Amino acid sequence: MRRLFDEELDELDNGFTEMGILVSNVVQQSVDAFINHDRQSAQAIIDHDHDINEREIQLESKSFEIIALYQPVTSDLREVVTILKAVSDLERAGDHARNIAHATIEVKGNTRVAEIETQLAEMGHLTTDMVKQAIQAYVDKDEEAAKALVTVNDQLIEYRDQIMRASYNEIASDADVLVAAMNYNNVAADLVRIADYLTNVGEWIVYLKTGQIVELKLMK
Amino acid sequence: MTNLLETHDLHVYYGQNEALKGIDLTFEEGGITALIGPSGSSKSTYLRTLNRMNDLIPNVTITGTIKFRDQDIYAPQTDLVTLRKEIGMVFQQPNPFPFSIYDNVAFGLKLAGEKNREYLDQVVETSLKQAAVWDEVKDHLHESALSLSGGQQQRVCIARVLAVSPQIILLDEPTSALDPISSSQIESTLLKLRTDYTIITVTHNLQQASRISDRTAFFMNGEVIEVDDTKKIFMNPARKETEDYISGRFG
Repeated sequence: MRRLFDEELDELDNGFTEMGILVSNVVQQSVDAFINHDRQSAQAIIDHDHDINEREIQLESKSFEIIALYQPVTSDLREVVTILKAVSDLERAGDHARNIAHATIEVKGNTRVAEIETQLAEMGHLTTDMVKQAIQAYVDKDEEAAKALVTVNDQLIEYRDQIMRASYNEIASDADVLVAAMNYNNVAADLVRIADYLTNVGEWIVYLKTGQIVELKLMK
Repeated sequence: MTNLLETHDLHVYYGQNEALKGIDLTFEEGGITALIGPSGSSKSTYLRTLNRMNDLIPNVTITGTIKFRDQDIYAPQTDLVTLRKEIGMVFQQPNPFPFSIYDNVAFGLKLAGEKNREYLDQVVETSLKQAAVWDEVKDHLHESALSLSGGQQQRVCIARVLAVSPQIILLDEPTSALDPISSSQIESTLLKLRTDYTIITVTHNLQQASRISDRTAFFMNGEVIEVDDTKKIFMNPARKETEDYISGRFG
């Protein structure tokens, strides 16, 4: 039997997927802008950050409304709760993409280190792919794909540590790279935070499917 | 610990129609168990077999066992008056007798020959207090129970059951004829009673089941599909039929 509730839930579900795609695009754009030293695109990301925040508020309001009017239980409740929790993770991931855009603007015009930027580009692509995988896992309600996200998260942590060491070494040998190197560190940290938030989204997908609240990072 | 009440392979037939298809359920002392399920799932039939109210229905056949304190309640030596004193029942429509509030509550004891006025006074007061209706009726004890509101009548009916010191209280949709305020008063009454009595309630109000019960049994087509902690049933039931019913996909 198709319920009135199912339509409301579909609307919420689609809204969440759309926000996921939006965040995924912004992460991709911020990484591209950083790699290509594209100050203009970076500024556009900063200017549009409020889009993501507004989406978050819309989806939260809709979730509260559904809970108040329909009092969902079992998997219905889990779906609403998943979205209510995961939407904050997406919004935070968007904030870090905005930070990367700020770094792009700050680095421009300073002495740079090509080798580290190559590593950051690899790291950025890996993160972008992971964000897409997380959103796909949500669309497919795929618990196994959600659990797999944590592996990428680990790879990104390794990248970040390498980039940080390389940045400090560069600063030690050439003080001119200070501004760029500090921003490299920040961007690497932002990418890891993005992956962190998307791993949280993965945890909520596991909850949606199983009712278990898990810490994927502690499960390895 | 032994079970207070248990049914094994309980079948009930109305003529050729098999209403209950082998129910195994156990009830420990204390707590509230909610019996939920679509109309016609035979949850009320099950409730009524627990104090032999179905005996009154013609053409009924009951097989299997129901044990109360390890005694088979369908054994020939069972005294029905004693059984229904131990296992009391509250119905969907408040059904006070057409006499005073006091006489309603004292009815069971008077029937058993109790004449000590002081003792009766005391039991009436205690029972009405336990049923959370004392403050509202204490100045009108000798007025007709029919003058009360539906919610008050229902709590007087609960007091009438409590007056004979039952072990188990069966309730058949006790709030479905009441408004939300009266329903919530009945619910808080039941929550207070759950430590001293074993309560089994049939309800169509799923939110009520989730609010007040410790355990929920889901009935469908004369069978128990799933019985578990209420939290489990309402958050993550094991069976798809339960999930579909609880979330309103059918029923």
